[in-house]
Amino acid sequence: MQDDKLSTAAVRDTLVSRASALLKEGKVQIVLGWRKGLFDYDVTPSLFTTAEDIERNFVYNEWCGANLSKYLVKETRRIETAKDTVRTNNKMAKAKNPDAADAPEPQTKILVFLKPCDTYSFTELLKEHRISRDDVYAVGVPCDGMKDPEKKDISERCTVCKSKKHVTYDELVGEDGAVQDSKRFDMVEKLEAMPAEERFAFWQGELSRCIRCNACRDICPACTCEHCIFDNPNSGASQKVAADDFEESMYHIIRAWHVAGRCTDCGECSRVCPQNIPLHLLNRKFIKDINELYGPYTAGSDMETKPPMLTWTKDDAEPNVVYTRDKADTQGGR
Amino acid sequence: MYSLPLDKLDTLFETIGSKEPLYVPVDNSSGKADFQRWSKGTVMSRALKTVRSAKDFFFPKTENLVNFKMNGKKIELEDPRKEMEDFVVFGVRACDAASFAIVDDVYINMKPVDTYYKNRRDHATVVTLACTDPAQTCFCKLYNIDAADPRGDVSAWIAGGSVYFQPNTDKGKKFIAGADTLLKESGSDTVEAQQQATREKIAALPFVNLDLSTYGGEKMLALFNSKVWDDLSGTCLGCGTCTYVCPTCMCFDVRNFDTGNGIKQYRCWDSCMYSDFPKNGRGPIPA
Repeated sequence: MQDDKLSTAAVRDTLVSRASALLKEGKVQIVLGWRKGLFDYDVTPSLFTTAEDIERNFVYNEWCGANLSKYLVKETRRIETAKDTVRTNNKMAKAKNPDAADAPEPQTKILVFLKPCDTYSFTELLKEHRISRDDVYAVGVPCDGMKDPEKKDISERCTVCKSKKHVTYDELVGEDGAVQDSKRFDMVEKLEAMPAEERFAFWQGELSRCIRCNACRDICPACTCEHCIFDNPNSGASQKVAADDFEESMYHIIRAWHVAGRCTDCGECSRVCPQNIPLHLLNRKFIKDINELYGPYTAGSDMETKPPMLTWTKDDAEPNVVYTRDKADTQGGR
Repeated sequence: MYSLPLDKLDTLFETIGSKEPLYVPVDNSSGKADFQRWSKGTVMSRALKTVRSAKDFFFPKTENLVNFKMNGKKIELEDPRKEMEDFVVFGVRACDAASFAIVDDVYINMKPVDTYYKNRRDHATVVTLACTDPAQTCFCKLYNIDAADPRGDVSAWIAGGSVYFQPNTDKGKKFIAGADTLLKESGSDTVEAQQQATREKIAALPFVNLDLSTYGGEKMLALFNSKVWDDLSGTCLGCGTCTYVCPTCMCFDVRNFDTGNGIKQYRCWDSCMYSDFPKNGRGPIPA
C-alpha cells in the first residue's frame, strides 16, 4: 500500500464532485452509486439524478461491497428502448409525411462507479453484449477491501482479492493496482481433498439451508437470461421452493454450470445469501477446473480472449482426459 | 412463576425431548441460528434471532395437500396427512411469537379454516424467550410487543443463572407439569429486574418511537404513491428473501406434480416478488 493513497473520505468527496460536475455539465443524466442507509453499514445500491441528492446521500466507504455492474443491463436497456421508440416514431411520421422533422433521440448516459473486481463483471457483460457501452460512463474507484455488514469485519472475498486492477473504465480515481496472487482456491483444494462422503455431507449441510429466495441468481452479473430456466412453470420448475434437499442442490449446481467460464468470482452470490451458504465455492471449483483443463482464464479480464467454454481447439482436454483425471484422483471423483 | 438453574436446562431439554419432538435455535456452520430438532448434545444458540421465522413450523416451505390416484376411470383421493404429533418449539422471540396471531387471523380465524395450518398450530407448544440484548434495528415496542415479556404458551427468561417459566395457556401448564420434577416455584424479582433493564435498552433504540400516525386508512394511497418507492425499487433485485424470512408473509402457490399414475397436489411458499405472482390476478398474457 502506498502512503500517498487517498483516504476513503477523500475518495468519497472526489467521487461526489466528479458525479455532480458530470451531471451539471450534462455529460451524464443518471448516476449509479451507493446510498447512505439508516446505519453506517447498511449502504444500498441506488440511482441518483441530482447533484443535491448525491452531495447529501452518496457514500463510498468500507460498506460499499455491492457490485453495481448488473444494474447496467436494465438501465442501458431502458436508455436504448427510449431511443428506439423515438426512431420508430420518426419513421412512422416520415411514412405519413416525408417532410416531417425528426424528433431528437433522447441522449441519456449513466455514470457508474466500479471497484476493481466490479470492472471484471462489467467487462464480461460488455463481452456478452448485455450492456450498451455507449450509454455508460464508467469511473474506476480504488478499493482496499470491503466489510461484511454482519461480521462487521472484512469480507472473505476481499481477504483473497484477485485483482486491484481496473479492466475497463473511462476515468480512474486514484492509482490503478495490479492482478494479485490470490489464495482464493485454497478452500476448494481443501474440499477436493476430502473423502467423497465428507464432501457430500459438507454440501448437503450448506445447501439444505437454502430457502430458494433466488437472491443469488438475481444478484449474479452472469445470470442475465431474459427468462431463467428456473422460472418456467411449463417445465414444472417455477422458481418456487424445492420439494427436497436434492432439488436444492441441483438448483445450485445447475446454476454454477450455467455461469461456468463466465463467472468472474465477484462473490455477490454469497454476499446476498440470507443463509450464508458459501455459494462462491461452487463457482471457484469450476474456475479452478477450467484453469487446469483449458489453461488459465479469468472471465471479464479483457474483451478479446475467447472464453474456453465457447471455443474448441485441437489442444483442448479430451473428455477422456477429464475422465481419467477424475479417476486418477479418486478423491476428486463424483 | 417457576425456575430451574441454568445448568439444568439441558436436563429439561432431555425430559421434554424424550417425550415429544423439541426444537431449539442452534448455531449452524455459517454462524447464524436456525431451529433444529433437539438431540443429546445440542447446544442452544444465544443468537438474538434465527434467520428463518418459527412460522416455518406451521407453514412449511412445501406441504403435500392431496394425492389423486388414477385407477382406470376412477379417481381416488388420498389425504397425505399423517396423525400429527405434539411438539415443542423453545426459544421463540416475542416478535416472532406475536406474528403467529397475524397468520392465525387469516388461516384460522377466517373461513375457510386452513386445516393444514391449524393442525400444526394445535399440536405445537410455543415457549418464548425474553430478549435481553436487542439489536439497533429492533422496533418491537413500536408495535406494542414487549420483548421483555414475550407471549406464547409459556414465557421464559434466562436471568441471574436461572431459567424462569411462566405458563400462559393450558398447553403451557401441560409443559410445566411435564417438567415438574425439575422446576420449583419461585418469585419474580430477578425477572422483573431484568425486564426493567431490557425495557430501558429498548426505549433507547432508534426505531421504537417512530410516528405511526401517518399510516392507516385513507392515508395509505398517498403513501402508496410516494416518491420514496422510486428510490427503493430502482435497485431492488426482485428476489424473495424479504418474503421468505418474514414471519407474517403467508402466500403460497398450489402446484400439481404428475407422478405418472396420479397427481400429487402440493403447496409451496410464493412471493409477490416473483414474476408469475401477478399473473394469478391478471391471468395469462393474451397471445
